[in-house]
Amino acid sequence: MNIFLLLFFIIWLGGWWINVRISNSQNVQLPRFIVPSLFGIVVLLMWELAVIGLQINPILLPAPSAIALKFSRSLDILWIDFVQTLVKGALSGYILGCSAAFLTAIAIDKFNFLKRGLLPLGNFISALPIVGMAPIFVMWFGFDWQSKCAIVVVMVYFPMLVNSVQGLELVDPSRQDLMRTYSASYTQTLIKLRLPSAMPFIFNGLKICSTLALIGAIVAEFFGSPIKGMGFRISSEVGRFALDMVWAEIFVAAVAGCLFYGLIALTEKRITFWHPSQQN
Amino acid sequence: MISVSNVNLTFETNDGPVNALRDVSLEVNEGDFVSFIGPSGCGKTTLLRVIAALETPTEGKVTVNNMIPDDARKAREYGYVFQAAGLYPWRTVSGNIKLPLEIMGYSASEKEDRTRKVIDLVELNGFEKKFPWQLSGGMQQRASIARALAFDANILLMDEPFGALDEIVRDRLNGELLNLWGRTGKTICFVTHSIPEAVFLSTKIVVMSPRPGRITDIIESPLPNNRDLDIRDSQEFIKIAQRVREGLKAGQTEDVF
Ligand SMILES: Nc1ncnc2c1ncn2[C@@H]1O[C@H](COP(=O)(O)OP(=O)(O)O)[C@@H](O)[C@H]1O
Ligand SMILES: [Mg+2]
Repeated sequence: MNIFLLLFFIIWLGGWWINVRISNSQNVQLPRFIVPSLFGIVVLLMWELAVIGLQINPILLPAPSAIALKFSRSLDILWIDFVQTLVKGALSGYILGCSAAFLTAIAIDKFNFLKRGLLPLGNFISALPIVGMAPIFVMWFGFDWQSKCAIVVVMVYFPMLVNSVQGLELVDPSRQDLMRTYSASYTQTLIKLRLPSAMPFIFNGLKICSTLALIGAIVAEFFGSPIKGMGFRISSEVGRFALDMVWAEIFVAAVAGCLFYGLIALTEKRITFWHPSQQN
Repeated sequence: MISVSNVNLTFETNDGPVNALRDVSLEVNEGDFVSFIGPSGCGKTTLLRVIAALETPTEGKVTVNNMIPDDARKAREYGYVFQAAGLYPWRTVSGNIKLPLEIMGYSASEKEDRTRKVIDLVELNGFEKKFPWQLSGGMQQRASIARALAFDANILLMDEPFGALDEIVRDRLNGELLNLWGRTGKTICFVTHSIPEAVFLSTKIVVMSPRPGRITDIIESPLPNNRDLDIRDSQEFIKIAQRVREGLKAGQTEDVF
């Protein structure tokens, strides 16, 4: 048994013990932040020690320190890839797709007959496999980010549509009747009642779609891209067995995804503060 | 003021037609406080919704302030207080009271004035900035009544507004409602399934029975308009309550055959 593996077990048990202590303590505020960060640190340490101790081939699993080193040395490339894939591809497609779906939902809500046509169509589009659509979109919109944006639009459109339509449909009937007793117009009812009460559903859609957009933009690059972008980098670095760079890209994607999701969740908390799910 | 003649209303449901109102006729005069009492399912809510043009009768004629109900609704002739307070949770108390005023296009200063006035009226001072879910059930109902009073409708339709409240709070709100009625001179239609509440509040009590929903008795109350809770121990009060109880019983026995 070598020293690294011994350390591995010591840190494992130590981290375990500390987390149990904190979880059982009476202080309620503290554990919320400490437990997950401690857990993260322990996992990283164990990963590092296991890789060194078991002499794992860096192609299979590079050590966190190696990934960190690669990350700090490739900031310029990572930034270019980030802008190309997440800002130009994912974010533009996300905004475009979600707004289009939201406007469609309002149209469906106003003209109910559209529902029978548009919902199945949306369903059909979302059922198209991304691996089949991506090469076609590359042919239509070119190698650059525009084709990635299009893929993301297709991926987020339906989930956003379904959530928005549902939110607009599930308005409390007596609140709706109240608007009728005021003889409120369609627009007044929409703005003052239906949109506010649909917000929890709309944010649910926005959160689901944020994850889809991230995945869509990266995977779409596997099917043709200029020589930049996270998906391109991942597939080309895997080919060169430079797994530390792949992990660095994954790290960027994970952090960006969490931050974006967090931003939406925070906005949601501010806008739907009144909803029971936001009150604890 | 409100006139209902020979109204029938049948709901077509999946289990067949439901006769919610059969041959209902009724006159409500200006300044009346009319209570509708009966077991649940006897069509009280439906009748109130017909008057409010939220439901259309299958047969019969209804006028509200000499208009067909839908015109009266468009002319904003009535305020409606729903069974569940139905406040919008994303608006504060004063925001909820301003809602009808916004929709009806009142000026900013008018909105402030009226909101302050009705908040005084229902005694919610100090709670203007609270959200509905921060208030007790009784306070929510007061806010909901204030919202219905904020604009100039001279009819107030109330569907079991105090049904979910405990008896102590209900007694207090009943007193306050009578007081408010005296001061504003509104015509009030009030749905309840409590006999003391109906007798205590009303100038006219409409007793209803289910299957089919119909009126079994209309009682003109001899009690004076100015009353306090002690009146419930008076001989007259007890006599009216008895008559209401008999009306309710009559509706039940017919059911057997
Ligand atoms: N929208 C509706 N569709 C079908 N049936 C209804 C509807 N509204 C009420 N009813 C039926 O009509 C009857 C009277 O209901 P309601 O007026 O709510 O009674 P109450 O308010 O006196 O309890 C009940 O049998 C109820 O099930
Ligand atoms: Mg009812």
